[in-house]
Amino acid sequence: MENNGAANGQARPRPFGLRHDAWGRLVLIDAEGRQHTGVEVVRAFPISDPRHGIAICDAKGRELVWLADLDALPASLVQQIKDELTQREFMPIIHRIVKVSAPIEPSEWEVETDRGRTSFVLNSEDDVHKLDEQRALITDAHGIRYLISDIEQLDANSRRLLERYL
Amino acid sequence: MNGTNEKWDALPISWHEEAAGQLEASETLLAWFEPDLDNRLSYARGLVVLTDRRLLSRRAQENGRASWESWPLTESMSLRTDEHGSAALLELADASGRLACWRYTAAQATAAQRLVQKWASWRRGQRAGSASERALAVCPSCGAAINADEGRCEACAAGPVKPSLSALFRLASFSRSRAGLIVLGFLLTLAATTASLVPPYLTRPIIDEVIRPWETTKTDNSSLAIWYLGGLAGAALLAWALDWAKLYVLAWVSERISADLRAKTYAHLQQLSLEFFGGKRTGDLISRISNDTERLCNFLSINLIDFASDVLMIVMTAAALLWMNPLLALAALCPFPLIVWMVARVRGRLLRGYRQAGAAWGAMTSVVADAIPGIRVVKAFAQENREIERFNASNERVFYSANRLNKVWSLFGPTVTLLTTCGLLIVWASGIWQIYLGRITLGVLTAFLALISRFYTRMESMIRMGSAVQRASASAQRIFEILDKKSNVPEPVRPIHPGRLRGKIELRGVRFKYGTREVLHGLDLIVEPGEMIGLVGPTGAGKTTLINLICRFYDVSAGAILVDGVDVRSFPVEEYRRNIGIVLQEPFLFYGTIAENIAYGRPGASRDEIVAAARAARAHEFILRLPCGYDSLVGERGQNLSGGERQRISIARALLIDPRILILDEATSSVDTETEREIQAALENLVHGRTTIAIAHRLSTLRRADRLVVVENGQIAETGRHDELLDARGSYARLHQAQMELVYGRDSSGK
Repeated sequence: MENNGAANGQARPRPFGLRHDAWGRLVLIDAEGRQHTGVEVVRAFPISDPRHGIAICDAKGRELVWLADLDALPASLVQQIKDELTQREFMPIIHRIVKVSAPIEPSEWEVETDRGRTSFVLNSEDDVHKLDEQRALITDAHGIRYLISDIEQLDANSRRLLERYL
Repeated sequence: MNGTNEKWDALPISWHEEAAGQLEASETLLAWFEPDLDNRLSYARGLVVLTDRRLLSRRAQENGRASWESWPLTESMSLRTDEHGSAALLELADASGRLACWRYTAAQATAAQRLVQKWASWRRGQRAGSASERALAVCPSCGAAINADEGRCEACAAGPVKPSLSALFRLASFSRSRAGLIVLGFLLTLAATTASLVPPYLTRPIIDEVIRPWETTKTDNSSLAIWYLGGLAGAALLAWALDWAKLYVLAWVSERISADLRAKTYAHLQQLSLEFFGGKRTGDLISRISNDTERLCNFLSINLIDFASDVLMIVMTAAALLWMNPLLALAALCPFPLIVWMVARVRGRLLRGYRQAGAAWGAMTSVVADAIPGIRVVKAFAQENREIERFNASNERVFYSANRLNKVWSLFGPTVTLLTTCGLLIVWASGIWQIYLGRITLGVLTAFLALISRFYTRMESMIRMGSAVQRASASAQRIFEILDKKSNVPEPVRPIHPGRLRGKIELRGVRFKYGTREVLHGLDLIVEPGEMIGLVGPTGAGKTTLINLICRFYDVSAGAILVDGVDVRSFPVEEYRRNIGIVLQEPFLFYGTIAENIAYGRPGASRDEIVAAARAARAHEFILRLPCGYDSLVGERGQNLSGGERQRISIARALLIDPRILILDEATSSVDTETEREIQAALENLVHGRTTIAIAHRLSTLRRADRLVVVENGQIAETGRHDELLDARGSYARLHQAQMELVYGRDSSGK
């Protein structure tokens, strides 16, 4: 690429700090010492490459910091960012599909996830999206996303229930 | 007078003798044209010849003779064409009024325009390409010499599509690669058929050697009986095993063949030029790829296997019958020719019927494929009921075409059954009579009846298959119709590999016709590498057509487009297009993630490159705001994005392939001014250092253009910088004025 934006030019991110203020909002202190209140940490590729490409944006969505690789950061900061991400991102990972109410949509699914047992409504079979050979993403009627990280690891019954959608 | 001057060579030979008498010795022929209508619009062949001093015309008279007229060329004369009516007009006029006019059909339109062109260029004193020194050019594809005026190469021109002899037989070409398995399948079929013939054949010895001797003389042949029963059981087991192997092998092969066919049809479809898709309905194409290949698959996997084993069975049973008792066999087979005759009669009707049914089905799919993408318009105009009616009408046509088939079919089937029953009846009658006469034994008759009933069952099922055969061959025809289509943008025979182009574009006398309507009338333009050209002009002036030609979505009708000094037709299409990035008015996103959409032109791009492209296209931040970032699904069935957001994704897509030539076709005209500013900023990054051709209606969009080219009526009206064109007070100044009035109101116009 010959015409990249400025932000990409940084080989390693300039030093910055993160803290929570009294109202629990995240504050970024940038290299010049300016404080940005209410910033958000987001992953650019939450599904295909969660470990790389993390951005910190201000309340209006403007990008303040781009972290191509977390490894370049001090360990404490990495931990802060990781904590922030776990707070922010909600995407249960399905371990077992217990029951699918009917073979036609909308159907109610009962699943066991890494965050406990739940049920949701699937609006259309298009909402089950196969990401690659192992993984699948299910979006329910409310837009909540559920990940199946390895289809092969599911038990036989779950696989049979899922088979039709893939 | 000079009758044998070689300068006449350009004229069609039939005119040589006659025209030669009309010319003076030193006169030079410039161009000619054959009007094919008289002034009352009846067909009549005439001739108009332009020389360096006169315009000559030959008209047919009513008495069959011809009359010649001529007009010496003068300064005030003008020659022009008027192609607005269904019959076109070539008109010669001078200051005092019209001198003459000629009428012609669309078939002669190009020739007429060429005549006017030659006239104009000769008047300008350029004498470009006079007829006696016709420039010869080289076909960019195959290297053969071609006429530069025509632009198309005779050698490369696609010949007429050859009619498919029998579409089904052409399927054989798809099966060649699986020949081994097919042969195995048929050998298995042969073996299975033989095995299944053993039981009826064994009935004769069982009756004649076991049952009858016991009945009549109480002879105990039980050892023989066990032997025969063992044979029956063995044959049944063998038939089962062979059938199983045969079905599996042949089903695998046929599924494979139809998958190959589907793949090939779709791949071929992707290779066809845009012109093909312009003339086809999406629904019909979908129906051909899905429905017709599905039918073929069914036919190959189910019917064809049955058919083959039926044919084998019939031949073998007939042989067995003849071998056992020729006389009885001939009696049994006598309805057979009658059935064959009936099949032959009904066949054609069935084939036509199935083709029609296929077409009706395609039409119905088209209605759906038409209405669903346009559903917003349908709802906005409250036309749901009309769409339902439209669908019902085509659905009814499907019903009727199927019904017509059923009428033929429902009568045909039972008739065949009746005839086969007759055959059985004949066997019974003549069998009983022959036993009476003592010529055959009871065993022979029983075996005969077992065999003949098999014969006719197979026969019936084979004839019923006739319908499946017709249906499949209709489907095969519809598929081969696509496969036989040649791309109008052919691959060069001797390709020149472009590699990475510098991006110099040169248009030389570019003409283009949609059907018979010429929309570009000889454009000349040179764009330097890295230059940005803004194309402006009224809608329908030919701007988009020009861009389509540069992208090689179509090929020029005459003239040439050169990139880096090489005719674009000499480049392999794919390698050439890799150098072109295009941003369209309506950005199209495929179903998939944003990252996949950005990397569409370069699937191997790394995530860093994708992010960099998105940044440069000002798309990065809004993408981060989406719940799944770059992994969010977009396109049909995906996340909803605004027009500006979609456009920025498509700009990132163009950026990522880092093209040498960039085409912007109204890239900002469907968004608001605020978004346009964002997109403009994104485009600045994109345009930098690339040869850019941009179309825009808002002239403000083209501020950065190095040069503006005003296209009007398929010709270049003006070229120059913004202020130069304003000073020239031509078409551009008028367009600019009109836009200023729109923006600032009439009072402050002209600022």
